[in-house]
Amino acid sequence: MTAKSLTTEMVDPVPGAAAPHLPLDGGIDTVQLLTPEGDRVEHPLYSLDISDEELRGLYRDLVMVRRWDAEATALQRQGELGIWASLLGQEAAQVGAGRALAEGDMAFPTYREHGVAWARGVDPLHVMSLFRGVDNGGWDPVATRFNLYTIVIGAQCLHATGYAMGVQRDGAEQAVLAFLGDGATSQGEVNEAMIWAASFSAPVVFFCQNNQYAISVPLERQTRVPLYQRAAGFGFPGVRVDGNDVLAVLAVTRAALQAAREGQGPTFIEAFTYRMGAHTTSDDPTRYRLADELEEWKLRDPIARLKAYLSRSGAADAQFFDAVEVEADELAARIRQGTVEMPDPAPTEMFDHVYAEQTPHLAAQREEFVAYRASFEGGEH
Amino acid sequence: MSTETLTIGKALNLGLRRAMEDDAKVVLMGEDIGKLGGVFRITDGLQKDFGEARVVDTPLAEAGILGTAVGLAMRGYRPVCEIQFDGFVFPAYNQIVTQVAKIHARSKGTMPMPIVIRIPFGGGIGAVEHHSESPEAYFAHTAGLKVVAVSNPVDAYWGIQQAIAHPDPVVFLEPKRRYWEKAEVHLDATPDPLFGSRVVRGGDDVTVLAYGPMVKTALQAAEAAAEEGRSLEVIDLRTVSPLDLDPVVESVRRTGRCIVVHEAPTTLGLGSEIAARITETCFHSLEAPVLRVGGYDTPYPPSKLEEEYLPDLDRVLDAVDRSMGF
Repeated sequence: MTAKSLTTEMVDPVPGAAAPHLPLDGGIDTVQLLTPEGDRVEHPLYSLDISDEELRGLYRDLVMVRRWDAEATALQRQGELGIWASLLGQEAAQVGAGRALAEGDMAFPTYREHGVAWARGVDPLHVMSLFRGVDNGGWDPVATRFNLYTIVIGAQCLHATGYAMGVQRDGAEQAVLAFLGDGATSQGEVNEAMIWAASFSAPVVFFCQNNQYAISVPLERQTRVPLYQRAAGFGFPGVRVDGNDVLAVLAVTRAALQAAREGQGPTFIEAFTYRMGAHTTSDDPTRYRLADELEEWKLRDPIARLKAYLSRSGAADAQFFDAVEVEADELAARIRQGTVEMPDPAPTEMFDHVYAEQTPHLAAQREEFVAYRASFEGGEH
Repeated sequence: MSTETLTIGKALNLGLRRAMEDDAKVVLMGEDIGKLGGVFRITDGLQKDFGEARVVDTPLAEAGILGTAVGLAMRGYRPVCEIQFDGFVFPAYNQIVTQVAKIHARSKGTMPMPIVIRIPFGGGIGAVEHHSESPEAYFAHTAGLKVVAVSNPVDAYWGIQQAIAHPDPVVFLEPKRRYWEKAEVHLDATPDPLFGSRVVRGGDDVTVLAYGPMVKTALQAAEAAAEEGRSLEVIDLRTVSPLDLDPVVESVRRTGRCIVVHEAPTTLGLGSEIAARITETCFHSLEAPVLRVGGYDTPYPPSKLEEEYLPDLDRVLDAVDRSMGF
């Protein structure tokens, strides 16, 4: 499709009216290695040499993070979490991207990358502590090489780019993976990050999970062109991948990270997927989207297709699938117990890490707070 | 001991050079700071000597400067960001307030943010809109940031080095209309701490507080008041956050009168916080309410009106009259 015909096609004759809906299947440019029916297909540019054991590992990852997600949603409904941002439907995009990272690489998530957290070895309970309101972070971002969740939309793309500039200065063979959503592509800071990354040829890969909605607002309010095509305007490659195909996501992300490590600069990956659940537990998606859209995406489920392939190819048997289910239930039980029993932080903790070098003023305010609380002990509140 | 007569601008330039020599992780970032040496020439010659990887001419986007500085800090670098003019810091405000200020707390100290944000601030140079503002209160209001405002070449030379070596993010305000003021700087002296106020002129009748460009104005007022037999004690606050009010409290308990002078709009400016704290700590010593002399609560006016807007010697003396009249 030429730029001219694209422009003509996308023109909106009614000011303010919605743009035409972009195709639901991602279109012919989408990289796919595993069809929704579970058939392996070849792609001229991307291939994946993967053992049966690795395939089983990916399946296990997908099931575990979905089970964790379901448990977290249940815990929120029972009042044990303040809020939960579900990854339901996006497991393959996150596990594929997370498993593409090499040990020395660094990841910069939004607030929904629980599947990447899992792949980086972050304890799910540390993630739960954020959503329970116990912590504003929760894990060690330096040790896990998985940055803390960034809630301001898109801000982390600049951090990832700056970090990648540091990698360049260190002469390290490492890459940086910046996560963002379709809504974030409208943020100025995200666009600045891409300008910076291109200008300095920084070893950063922008991994956009296009889950079709920014809370309630559909993709066509953010863009008139497929998102991956925007990369051309910044001067680096853009690739659209079937975000529900863990093999394609793994292959595409691995290739982009390797290119970055080799000094070829940034890549933009659009993982075309769908948010099967609500934006967060505070949201009601029935107000803004149709049930049949959801039904259509159910047919593209990331776990079902890998299970079909594993069964059909003989890479896994019923015993394996049963064992993964048992392990997932154990994980859910551990998450449930650990969350419910998670202690509240000590009240003075809010003062403790505001500065590396505490100020006399804040130290005094902390003392006043301690004295104030102590004044109630044994007395009436 | 080597001593040089330096302008504030040259003192900053030498201080930056010394900080870059001391620590290879120091990286300067900003618009036009490389080949041009910055619009005020504060980084003059540094890119030539330290290279493009350490003195970075950035794309023209302030959020990008601060956001990438965060990433560099996470990687162990010490970015020093130049915001070309005070009024252009706001595109970066999101990064400064939601990220730079909060990442140390969010990460429980595992990710320090030793970032310096240099901002030429204040008016008096006859510029167009957005080139003469005093945004310090926005940053002083934000937990996690430290804010200093230098007034002289000695503090400029040492302060920039101390700010760069400091583990917390520092908003470093440079009094742009005083860039060309000169003083002798002992280059090997032991500097005063970065976060501390200083009595710069002793007096008995009224305590006058100022920082940045208004220190000179306060000293001029003290000179003029002395001719009328009034003795003003002038304190250079030097640090806006954290405030060091110990010398101020000591002074106000003696004088019983206090005036705070700044260019920033008066309402909810630093003077408001200082007045509250002085009232809390010196209530029984006060002979008059703490008075504020600041910019008016208007947008910074066109430059033909800035002399009316900015506090000057006469407005400080007028406040002295009002304070003494209580």
